[in-house]
Amino acid sequence: MIGICSYGAYVPATRLPLALIGGARGEGGPEKAVASYDEDAITMGVTAAVECLRGFDRTAVDAVFVGSTTLPYHEKLAASIVAKALDLRRDVATADYGGSLRAGASALRGALDAVTAGTARSALVVASDCRLAAPRSPLERSIGDGAAAFLVGDSRCIAAYEALHAVADEILDVWRAAGDAFVHTWEERFVLEHGHRSVLIEALRGLFQQTGLGPADFSRAALYAPDAASHQAAARAAGLAADRVQPALFGRLGNTGAAFAPMLFVGALEEARPGERLLFASYGDGAEASAWRATAEIEKLGRRRALGWHLGRRRAIGSYATYLRPRHLEATEHDVRQAPGISATVHFRERDSDLSFRGAHCRRCSAEHFPPQRVCYRCHARDDFESVRLSDRQGRLLSWTLDHFFPTPEPPLAAGVVEIEGGARVYLQLTDVTSDELRCELPVEFVFRRIHEVGGKPNYFWKATPLRDMRSEPQ
Amino acid sequence: MNADAIRDKTAIVGVGCCKFGENWTQSPEDMIVEAAYEAYADAGIDDPQRRIEAVFCGAAYPSRGTAEVAESLKLFDRPVSLVQNYCATGTDAFRYGVFSVACGLYDTVLVVGFDKPKDRGVSGPSVMMSGVRELPATPAGWFALCAARYFEKYGATREDLARIAVKNHHNGTLAPKSMLKREITVEDVLKARMISWPFGLYDCAAQSDGAAAVVLTRRELAKTFRNDFVLVRAVAIALAPNPQSDPTFDFLGWKPTVYAARQAYAMAGIADPRRDIDVAQVHDCFTLTELLTYEDLGFCDKGAAKEHIAAGTFALKGELPVNTDGGLKSFGHPTGATGVRMIYENVLQLQNRAGPRQIKDAATALSHNIGGAPQTCGMTILARS
Repeated sequence: MIGICSYGAYVPATRLPLALIGGARGEGGPEKAVASYDEDAITMGVTAAVECLRGFDRTAVDAVFVGSTTLPYHEKLAASIVAKALDLRRDVATADYGGSLRAGASALRGALDAVTAGTARSALVVASDCRLAAPRSPLERSIGDGAAAFLVGDSRCIAAYEALHAVADEILDVWRAAGDAFVHTWEERFVLEHGHRSVLIEALRGLFQQTGLGPADFSRAALYAPDAASHQAAARAAGLAADRVQPALFGRLGNTGAAFAPMLFVGALEEARPGERLLFASYGDGAEASAWRATAEIEKLGRRRALGWHLGRRRAIGSYATYLRPRHLEATEHDVRQAPGISATVHFRERDSDLSFRGAHCRRCSAEHFPPQRVCYRCHARDDFESVRLSDRQGRLLSWTLDHFFPTPEPPLAAGVVEIEGGARVYLQLTDVTSDELRCELPVEFVFRRIHEVGGKPNYFWKATPLRDMRSEPQ
Repeated sequence: MNADAIRDKTAIVGVGCCKFGENWTQSPEDMIVEAAYEAYADAGIDDPQRRIEAVFCGAAYPSRGTAEVAESLKLFDRPVSLVQNYCATGTDAFRYGVFSVACGLYDTVLVVGFDKPKDRGVSGPSVMMSGVRELPATPAGWFALCAARYFEKYGATREDLARIAVKNHHNGTLAPKSMLKREITVEDVLKARMISWPFGLYDCAAQSDGAAAVVLTRRELAKTFRNDFVLVRAVAIALAPNPQSDPTFDFLGWKPTVYAARQAYAMAGIADPRRDIDVAQVHDCFTLTELLTYEDLGFCDKGAAKEHIAAGTFALKGELPVNTDGGLKSFGHPTGATGVRMIYENVLQLQNRAGPRQIKDAATALSHNIGGAPQTCGMTILARS
């Protein structure tokens, strides 16, 4: 059996109340999830993948496929950064899927193909997007940021893959040409009538025809749509009962692009019971629809943070400028991107520690250090260490400060010394933390983030964040 | 270590210090010449080309290094070296000068500490983003790391820190060469804008330009320069693990100070620092640094600093006056100059030349710098001859 073995999702904690865009104040109305200043498609994808791999052996992952329209490099692989941040094997297959809102679904299909062909037994799929619309444009109100991840394998699947039907379609409905800062769309009525609505339905009907299944055979349907009205219209046109369609979350999450249908699919998997049939349909320069069946394994999957948990965790940002600033949409005197940047050779030497967050465990005295040392701080033994991954451990905040002087889009910056389980101490920035949460001994976990953009490129490292209870959804 | 090896073998016979401040109209050359020629005059040297046999420079961010000093003073055809050791740079340059005289290699040498941060175009320290993990915060953020734990354990507050700033601002009004000459109140400190918790603006030393110079000679020759020469009893430097990764750090005091004090007190034969030291210049880059230094130097018990601050132990009229010239708080902190500026003040105190801030009968004086994350500490102990 080939199918999905695990899933994860990520929604940034920060929400932009849509009222702020229009200059109004207050929250409580519709909002959208927006990447924090230290997040991008790669960091969100890594965090979703960490959840997806929770309880799974990372060394068993044979392939990483990343689907996104907003990867930070045009030339340089995102999947290699994701694989390094996840500390995967060196012989892992890596590929990015881009160029289309269907990139997440394409990455999933790539994983299915690889496992079907036997070139991988376990393939990780990451779908992540943080698209940019022109400030105050209608599109800006509907798009949001987020990520989903799936582990595709050939055994112990929680959802067995049954069938897939895809349609290729050439249309100028949504695009971003090389060099464009913002997503463009053609006139809405044309786009919906000849783009999304008709092509998505074409793919669904093709799937129904191929499998002999009908809308009534599906318990849950994860459907891409650019807005709430199109979502309802597409479900109706496909003959899907409203209570079997995963809520599209407009006004809470927003359309997360290449990650949108995958995230809704994660939401379906979170709730699915054994035997239920699931429908996944994605759109972008064509469409594809696939049928899946939940297995008994789905009830054995350990708890992980997925869509439901992340939707419950939210912090509204206080001003529209806070949203614009890290996206470089607000003029500033100094642009940190113009600083010379970090040395590629230093990056090369430090990638095990900076990206994989690996420290050193002394074989003589068991002391642990980050970054790795040649001589042990405690017992002074030389070169007698084994490398250990610290990113999936917990830590406690030993001491902290709120630095108002550090150049950051959202001052003050929280920073502190964290002692990681095992004893390594690291001075880290804290993220997704409020000043009243800071206290000595605060339990923390670690998240992969952008540390800065000097040199005009994202520079990644790990940050500490308060340890959140995984079982209860935060309010 | 042979604690007796250098004790009292070297004498300070001349000190000089330019006015510290935002010296927009002065080049490093101007400040170096001003400080060095004041030190020459103080030592009665009118032929530096013949008398100065070697030069030890301290600068944390020099633009041209040793040549900056050699060219300014036209001191060629002799050794000129540059020492760097974080905020203890000036103190360490002095230390090498002392060694060079104490070992008998030279009769008379010059020590020059200087730095010119105000040519960099930024207010406050710049944040170098050359890597991803080196600088999660600014220097204020590093030095603030003891605050949360110390406050929690010993019940100290921002008000205790504020009293240190108030004291140093007051002392600074009495020092002709200080940058800031303004009395402030505890309320001013508490209400100022936050820099890095718990440090508000007045908890932080200013950035300034400055240079200071010292002429050293062998004790036997000192009288040929002046009768009230000052003896170098101890010089010390100690490194400690980076407190941000040190597995045994307790966030209640700075190890480099404890380590350097151990060396310096052994060299100077000091058993009870509060009794044996008459005046001290300590590194108050931030108010908490001065508070922790009281304890780390053994001026009071660990955790007792706030009572002593309240009682005025370290005020000008207190039992052990600290930062009699206003410290980094009033002078600013041109890194390489600071340690030498502290020696300048201690020499004035030991020679009864400190004017309205004079500590009566000062016979033994201590200076202290701590720098880096912090990881390094430099100390000197000087004595009246």
